[in-house]
This record gives sequence, structure tokens and C-alpha cells, in this order.
Amino acid sequence: MATLNLSAVTKSFGATTVLHGIDLNVADGEMIVIVGASGCGKSTLLRIVAGLETPTTGHVAIGGREVTRLEPADRDIAMVFQNYALYPHMTVAQNMAYGLKIRGTPKEEIARRVDETAGLLGIGPLLGRKPRELSGGQRQRVAMGRAIIREPKLFLFDEPLSNLDAKLRVQMRGEIRRLQQRLGVTSLYVTHDQVEAMTLGDRLVVMHRGRAAQVASPMEVWARPADTYVAGFIGSPAMNLLAGTLAEDGAAVQLRAGPLLRFTDGPRAGGEGRPLTIGIRPEHMLRDGDAIVTVALDLVEPLGSETVLHGTLASGEVLTARLPGMVPAVGSNMPLAIPAEALHVFDAETGRRLDA
Amino acid sequence: MQDAVLARQAMARQRRGRWLAHAALALGVLIFAFPIWITLVGSTHDAATIGRGDVPLLPGGHGLENFSTALGEGGGRMHTTPAAGMLLNSAIMALLIAGGKIAISLLSAYAVVFFRFPLRMAAFWTIFITLMLPVEVRIIPTYQVIVNLDLFNSFTGLTLPLIASATATLLFRQFFLTIPDEYVEAAQLDGAGPLRFFRDILLPLSVTNIAAMGVILFIYGWNQYLWPLLIINDRSMETIVVGLAKMIGSGDTQNEWNTIMATAVLAMTPPVLVVVLLQRWFIKGLTETEK
Repeated sequence: MATLNLSAVTKSFGATTVLHGIDLNVADGEMIVIVGASGCGKSTLLRIVAGLETPTTGHVAIGGREVTRLEPADRDIAMVFQNYALYPHMTVAQNMAYGLKIRGTPKEEIARRVDETAGLLGIGPLLGRKPRELSGGQRQRVAMGRAIIREPKLFLFDEPLSNLDAKLRVQMRGEIRRLQQRLGVTSLYVTHDQVEAMTLGDRLVVMHRGRAAQVASPMEVWARPADTYVAGFIGSPAMNLLAGTLAEDGAAVQLRAGPLLRFTDGPRAGGEGRPLTIGIRPEHMLRDGDAIVTVALDLVEPLGSETVLHGTLASGEVLTARLPGMVPAVGSNMPLAIPAEALHVFDAETGRRLDA
Repeated sequence: MQDAVLARQAMARQRRGRWLAHAALALGVLIFAFPIWITLVGSTHDAATIGRGDVPLLPGGHGLENFSTALGEGGGRMHTTPAAGMLLNSAIMALLIAGGKIAISLLSAYAVVFFRFPLRMAAFWTIFITLMLPVEVRIIPTYQVIVNLDLFNSFTGLTLPLIASATATLLFRQFFLTIPDEYVEAAQLDGAGPLRFFRDILLPLSVTNIAAMGVILFIYGWNQYLWPLLIINDRSMETIVVGLAKMIGSGDTQNEWNTIMATAVLAMTPPVLVVVLLQRWFIKGLTETEK
């Protein structure tokens, strides 16, 4: 158990820079989820922490100890790989014991810890099997077991659930979280799946083009996204982003789509006509209200308890709404209301969030 | 009615096709197996029968006698070198060549695939190019080197020049390239150094490939003719393939064909045994990987 500190970590492969200075401080026992689209540098960051890559500049410290130049084996960490990377010719027990064996742990101690870990994960009956005789979920557990048995200071997860089917993924997600909380080991978890990110993390690092766009708790990221990228990335369906300009001395926004919306949390800085991007989550759209926009529906997705509507506004912008209950079929024009209290205001040029 | 006729025709056509296929296969087997059968039968007759110019197609009654002569005293008219010793020499040579080639190839393929070092690709291509330089091409300089090193008439001199080649390196390189990086990284995290990784993970994963390579290289080694002919002139170190050729006198010599045939059968047996015993591994190694 330990803290993890990254300071100004950058990484370049030749002329391409994939990480532009990442700072991150992880508290003891905290679970941090690094989330982002593919190619955002999240895996590279994890591999730098693991020691599988060396940062171009910057430092990595685990438990206060500088490890930037240390070999992976000397960092006291364990990693769960996306394809599990279980040694195919070894049994489950041998796979789990391999790291301990290399470190020269006594045989009895290894046997005890294998039994203990297998019990913890419910894989006791599988100990004598080879990885190819296991199902996806079982392999996943063995990979976890191989990490846990070392009692490392830090767990690293590299998209560990992406090879599982949807149902199993939900189940394993819960197991990983329970296990991590029970063991209290500081963890770094990389995923591109926002649901995993929201449910697993104490805090999220939303990565975008080699930068940490936002580092905050899942609810904070959802409620107060730091920029338009984060706003569009977290939440499903994605947040609607509409063009507008500042109006009434910063107290309101004039949407290109029509209505004038008065900010409920106070005025924004900047002159009249400052270009803004207004974010509104599909689930916040209402059937009735003051600021009405007319949506030409082109797709209606009934999900049972709610309906997702996709359509176009008069301004040509695309709008998605998630409404409770059943809603009329495709083809109709439908008036929907934008509630002023649910607005997210961003600068149109920088994409940064503008608070009152 | 019409359909019944069509069905009967289809069945007849099918039967004819199957018959044709079997006939072709039988012909193939006959062409390949006939010389071997002649040899096998020839080794069971007395010298006079073959000497008369008969080609017997059924086994005779002198088999045991011929084989014990070939093994104990040596075949051919002169009875110079007993086959038992030559078989042993051939086995040692073939095993040294197969083992040496596999060991060297595994290590060089390991280096080329898993390590980043300057001139890595240059090293690989240098190894690759040796494919174009088998012993037969470089035989004079190689002979000179071996003689200068005083390795004439020794197993070292016999096998060393044959060990250096790229075939197995290429095969192992291709196999190593299919091993996911994650194994390497998992091993790194487990604290396994390069040699540990090689021994604990790479070697066990390569077992079937090694077996397949072993079969091919054992036969390659066993069948060597030109190089052993040059480098060995001590009768006691003669290999069976060379010894067999030397048994056959030229010109008007009256050959003792029955014992020569017996020696030929003896020379054929070990490669056949190796293939039969290792064929399961051999096929596995060439077709599937354990991943």
C-alpha cells in the first residue's frame, strides 16, 4: 500500500509526443481510473508507471520512493493485462506462484499464499488446470490472483475487462471494486469504457490527446465537466453541445437554435456576443418548459422505461433527448424544453468550462 | 423416375471418382515403395542369387545371416567396416548436428526477436544470408579451416561446419514473433530476467517446434555425405551413408549385394524410426501453437 506521484511526465516516440506533462497524486488505497478514447496516451501512462516504458522527462514515485529508472520487477507493483498474459504451459497455481518463486519465497509460504488467494477469488478447484481449459471469466480471476498474491504496493489494470462479454463484464467490474476496497491497495485502472470508469473510480483522469483534461471524482466529472471534450465523453448518450452567444451583459445566452436562456447561477464574464458552447445532457431535456426548441425527429429508440430521441434543430444542430416513458414515432416535429438550471457553459474557442 | 436415374448416375460417378483416386494413390505408393521393397527383399537372399542377375520379389531365407554379417563384420566384398560402429557414428553426428543447430538457432532467434541492440537487423540478415552458403558451396575454405584447426578426423570437425546455418533460426524467429509482448512484460513484472524468461517460458512454449526441427535436422545430419567423406578417413569414424557408398566396388568388381542391401536397410531405419516416433510432435509443431 502506497501513494503514487507523477510529476510532469512526458513521453515522445521519435517526433510524436504522446504525453504532454502529466501530474497526478494518488492517495494511499485510492482507485484511480484513467479513461479516454484510444490513442489518448492512457496505456502509455500506465506502462510508464509499470516501468515497461521510460518517460522522456518527469518523475514517478511509488510510496515516496523515486522509481523512474527502476526495472518493473523492482517497483513492487502487479499488473493485470488486457489479454491476461497467463503463461499457457503453466497451471493456474504455477502461474500465480511464478513471481514468488523467482523472488525465492519458501515453498510452504508460496503454497499457503496460493491457497489463500485462490480462496479469496473462488478459483480453488481450478488450481491444477491450464489457462486454455478456463473460461474468459476464470482467466480474468487467475490474472487477478497472480497480481494479488504478490501483495504489491500498487495494482495496475490495463483494460482488464474488454475481452469479456457484457454480462460478465458487469459482474467482474463489481468483483474488482469489492476486492480493491477489501485489500485497500492503491490502484490505477485504464479503460475506454465510461461506465467502468464511473463505477470503479474514486477519481477519474480523463485523458485527451496526451493531456489530463480533468482529474476529479466521477460525479464531479459528470456534473461539472472541465471542457467540451470531457462533457461529450462522459455520459450516455453524449451531452448535446449547442452554439450560442453571450447576451444581456453576461446574464444569458442566445442560442443559435432560437431561445434565450438566462443563467440561473449568475453571469459569465466577457462582452456581449462572446461565442459560447452550451452543453445540455439528453436526460435533462424536458417535454415542457420556458425555452422551447422544435426537434425534427429522425430516430426514436424506445428502451422501455425511457425513450431516446434523435433529431435536428432548425439551426441544423443535432440534438438528443432522453425522456421517461413512451414518445411518438419518427417523422414528427416535437417541441422540447431546455431547462436553464441544467446548462453547462463553455468557451466556444478554447472549449474550457466557464463558471459564474 | 427421372430423378432416380440421375441419382444412380451421380452415385456411379462418385464411385468411379473414388476408384480413380485410390488407383492414383496406389500407383504413387508403388513407385515410392518398390525400390525399398527390392532392397528389403535383396537383403534376405544369398549373394549368389543376386549375383546371377535375378531380381527376387519375395523374401529369401538368408536374412539373419546377412544382417549379422553387415552389423558385425561389414557388408560388401571386403567386409571392411562393421555397420554397428558406423551406425553409432552416424547417430552421434546426426544428434550433434540437430542439437547444435537447435541450440544455436534458439539463442540467435531469441536475441534477434526480443532484444533491441545496434545492428540487430544487420545481424539477422547476416544469419539469413548463410542460407545461400551451405557447406557444399564453401567446402574448400571450410576444409582448409578445419584442417588448420587440427579437427580432421574428429566429431567436432565433422559437425561444426554443418551446425552453422540459418534454417532453424528463421523458423524459431517466425515462431517467437507470434508470442505476445504481454508474456514478456508479465515475466518482467514477475521479476524474470532474460535467461529465466528464455528457460521458463520461451523454451516450454517452443517444445513442439523444437521437436519438429529436431526431426528435420536429424535426418539432414544423418544423410550428410560429401562433408563426412572429406573430413573422415579413419575407418573407425566412418558414417554409415559414406560407408555404404564405399562398399560398392566399381568396374568389374563382384559385389556382395545381399550384405550391401542389408547395410542399406540398416542405414534407412533410424530416420524412419525418428519420423514415426516423433511424427505427432512434428505435425503439431508445424501446424499449431500453444497460445
